[in-house]
Amino acid sequence: MKSASKKERIAQRIARELRDGDYVNLGIGIPTLVANYVPAGLKVIFHTENGLLGMGPYPFEADIDPDLINAGKETVTAITGASYFSSADSFAMVRGGHLDLCVLGAMEVSERGDVANWMIPGKMVKGMGGAMDLVAGSKRTIIAMQHTGPDGSPKILPECTLPLTGRRCTDMIVTDLGVVRITDRGLVLEEYAPETTAADVARATGAPLDISRARPMDV
Amino acid sequence: MPPQILSAAEAVARVPEGASILMGGFGLCGIPENLIKALARHGTRNLTVMSNNAGVADYGIGLLLAAGQVRAMVGTYVGENALLESMILNKQIEITLVPQGTFAERIRAAGAGIPAFFTPTGVGTMVAEGKDTRQFDGREYVMERALGADFAFVKAYRADRMGNLVYRRTTRNFNPMMATAGKITIAEVEEIVPEGSLDPEAIVTPGMFVDIVVRGEVYEKRIEKRTYRTTDRA
Repeated sequence: MKSASKKERIAQRIARELRDGDYVNLGIGIPTLVANYVPAGLKVIFHTENGLLGMGPYPFEADIDPDLINAGKETVTAITGASYFSSADSFAMVRGGHLDLCVLGAMEVSERGDVANWMIPGKMVKGMGGAMDLVAGSKRTIIAMQHTGPDGSPKILPECTLPLTGRRCTDMIVTDLGVVRITDRGLVLEEYAPETTAADVARATGAPLDISRARPMDV
Repeated sequence: MPPQILSAAEAVARVPEGASILMGGFGLCGIPENLIKALARHGTRNLTVMSNNAGVADYGIGLLLAAGQVRAMVGTYVGENALLESMILNKQIEITLVPQGTFAERIRAAGAGIPAFFTPTGVGTMVAEGKDTRQFDGREYVMERALGADFAFVKAYRADRMGNLVYRRTTRNFNPMMATAGKITIAEVEEIVPEGSLDPEAIVTPGMFVDIVVRGEVYEKRIEKRTYRTTDRA
């Protein structure tokens, strides 16, 4: 399976976590793709932290407006019933616990749900943007990422080695290899991807993984 | 006192060397582009710029960085400006990265006369190092200080002659908080209209917060990521 379609599959699987009426913030990259797979009949309202609740799809070319973007700096649209607000109000929504779900990418996740996704010391300095507020304030946080790094090294670890975005802030990790839930008793593999096995996923994971209840991913 | 109405060049001439300036905008959306251009032309140096992002190499705050006018930068995400990223890695600029919600709230607090507040954001991370923490109702919070500046450069859609401001779509972002947190606030707008033309119910920034209004001469409104669709499917 090509990596593009694996990314689509991650997004598709996360979309099944959406509930009717959820207010949802999607991060940049794979998380953005989740919007393409909202199950039919479900009304989900997308929040973008630069100040829009009720973000719609990309505009038609003729309707592009430089005054209307998402937090990824992409031109977007607003749905009927949308609202605009300041960054202070936007983060009151986030920090105040009004957001049902945020989906973010990550470079590392620890077995307790710590997330690192904003900095590689000495190499990459981009900044945390809204990620620290989102993981601290959302009712649920799902991480969307590749299960391992480009060299095959695990990204799910006993402890993160990179500077943290937040501690104990992840509920679930969805990767190209499977669905991992973070529980008080450690990592639990709930589903594994069609072309893999539960044992393969455990080998690609840098921390103990309970695979006793794992079943094939249904996508 | 109702605001003065000045040109961009006249307004930025008030900014002394070494000043700190809050600059509105998210990415390139809702930035005071005419004020930034005028400040680059004026050549004022040793500035501390506080803005969510740092523009791109040849537009927005990037113009000030490229000209070596910025001594220190406070922001949340600077990934779109490759020049700044290399300046940071080579230690040519002092950079402070702040979580975006904390950045917004620190500025709001400064404008509202609140010296500090507690937030759950960043607890247990580098951001909390050296800061006071405190438990409230069983959860840990970190204390963050207010963030004001000598000047605020904000961008609004329209101003009336009272200095009341309205914004358009997602250009609002940090501009309303920044308008409250500059000792001198300069609002750049696309149009100045007579009193009474703006609906009092719809005013986002009351004129009290605005000292100078500038009508921007030219708007490029550059788009960072021009995304669009060609079919009805999103």
